[in-house]
Amino acid sequence: MVSIDVHNASVDFPIFDAKTRSLKKAVLGKVGGKIGTEARVPIIEALHDITLSLRDGDRVALVGHNGAGKSTLLRLLSGIYEPTRGTSEIKGKIAPVFDLAVGMDPEISGMENIFIRGLFLGMTRKQMQERVEDISHFTELGDYLHLPLRTYSTGMRVRLALGVVTSIDPEILLLDEGIGAVDAAFMAKARDRLVDLVRRSGMLVFASHSDELLFELCNTAIWMDEGRIKMHGDLREVLTAYKGRDPLEQMSPETLERLGETR
Amino acid sequence: MPLGEPPVVSTTVQVTSAIDIPASPVVHSGRSWARAAKDIRDGVAARELWGHLGWQDIKQRYRRSVIGPLWITMSMGVTAAGLGLLYSQLFGIAVNTFLPYLTVGFIVWGFILGCLTEGSDAFISNEGLIKHLPAPLTVYALRTVWRQTLMMLHNMLVYAVVLALFFGSIAAGGYTLSPNGAPQPGLSWTMVLAIPAFVVLALNGAWVALLFGIISTRYRDIPQVINALTQLLFYATPIVWPVDVLTQKLGPGDWKHLIVELNPLYHFVQILRAPLIGSEQSWHHWVVVGVITVVGWSLAFLAMRNYRARVSYWV
Repeated sequence: MVSIDVHNASVDFPIFDAKTRSLKKAVLGKVGGKIGTEARVPIIEALHDITLSLRDGDRVALVGHNGAGKSTLLRLLSGIYEPTRGTSEIKGKIAPVFDLAVGMDPEISGMENIFIRGLFLGMTRKQMQERVEDISHFTELGDYLHLPLRTYSTGMRVRLALGVVTSIDPEILLLDEGIGAVDAAFMAKARDRLVDLVRRSGMLVFASHSDELLFELCNTAIWMDEGRIKMHGDLREVLTAYKGRDPLEQMSPETLERLGETR
Repeated sequence: MPLGEPPVVSTTVQVTSAIDIPASPVVHSGRSWARAAKDIRDGVAARELWGHLGWQDIKQRYRRSVIGPLWITMSMGVTAAGLGLLYSQLFGIAVNTFLPYLTVGFIVWGFILGCLTEGSDAFISNEGLIKHLPAPLTVYALRTVWRQTLMMLHNMLVYAVVLALFFGSIAAGGYTLSPNGAPQPGLSWTMVLAIPAFVVLALNGAWVALLFGIISTRYRDIPQVINALTQLLFYATPIVWPVDVLTQKLGPGDWKHLIVELNPLYHFVQILRAPLIGSEQSWHHWVVVGVITVVGWSLAFLAMRNYRARVSYWV
């Protein structure tokens, strides 16, 4: 049973500047007594009072303006951040695809990066060995896999990251925006694979600004605004409220047909 | 995931390596001993991961150089040979016993220094990974210690060469490390004590990386403090000078012996160096090291309990 339950969770970031992040301030601050608000570290409330319950089969789109807390929410759901207040309970094997540059070493080959990614996602070397061919086939990178990652284009990195993540059968897939950097042909392929993956296993939370992709992969949506959940419900309703217009209006008839949606 | 496998449970700290563990759901209630222990357990279990990362670090450092990681060996060899020749002349000590002493001292020191300085950097240098991939924090501490271990193994080649060259001198009992110094027993079966000694050293490296790593992530001055102190500690620890010198200058029982006895690093160096060069081993080094191991791990565990979940906020 795959599930995510977040209850009244808040994520507060302490902002240390060069001065507060030193012992001097902590020590002297105590000795010298309180100096107004100076002693306190300023805090950014990135997420505020999030209550969320996701179950098997939920495919959630995450929308909102820049800085609304989408990425932070994804990190909360992945368990990277534990809530500073409230609780979060995550059951399932998580595979996050956030920043494509991170966790990838530019100096080593794509192949070695596949292994490291896989190990981070809880696989063993042997299990990854079995998947290498599949990944290589899916990413279409061929001999490029033996070249250092720094020679890759952004799109090729996206291919690699998606290839690894989709090969390991995760139960909770967390995707941050940025996977749009690949070409249309590969996108179609990736979409099929993602749709298939989501159908087979658990849960998807996907932050993106592309309506088309969201309609393709998701069925519900969360609208984040200033660190709070402003709206959570049917994808089309939420997107309509967020954009102020029906997102399907703008799409071509072919796209609509593929999505199986009607205006 | 194939059918029939138990459902996988992961918590915020632990997503990797638990494929087969159907643990009960964990509610994130922040600080708990169980969560800290779980992090350490899962971290240790992910040995393929930190093993791979640590090895990658070494390869990375010497990428595109012709002899690669052998540079570690080379630089140690050159330093040990040069300083060995120089100091044996300065102190008037026979080079064939002093050079092995100095070489092994350097190798052990290199490991300790690495665990201290790179250990305190363990989380800061892995900022990107910590913020983007959920994995036990312990993985990064073990990555650091493993990297140091691999470097030490490279350096052991220098030891092998030194041993081959000067075996006759240090295998024979009764050699001294300084003129009129205490006679040393010479190499014997006690050499196997080097193995538990190293294990204990690595064990200490792990808590240092966890504890100092957490503190340093919060207070960025700590790595600088450690850097400043290690320089001093190097000269205060009997590595380029034998302890005999102190005994001779001060006479036995002088309070100034505390200079070495109160230096914890001296005891760590000694438990590994003594068996490798067949010098006299005192059991009290093991006692001191044992106490430090227990106290250190307790502190590290406490830090893990209270601040493990904060590290991803602080990096």
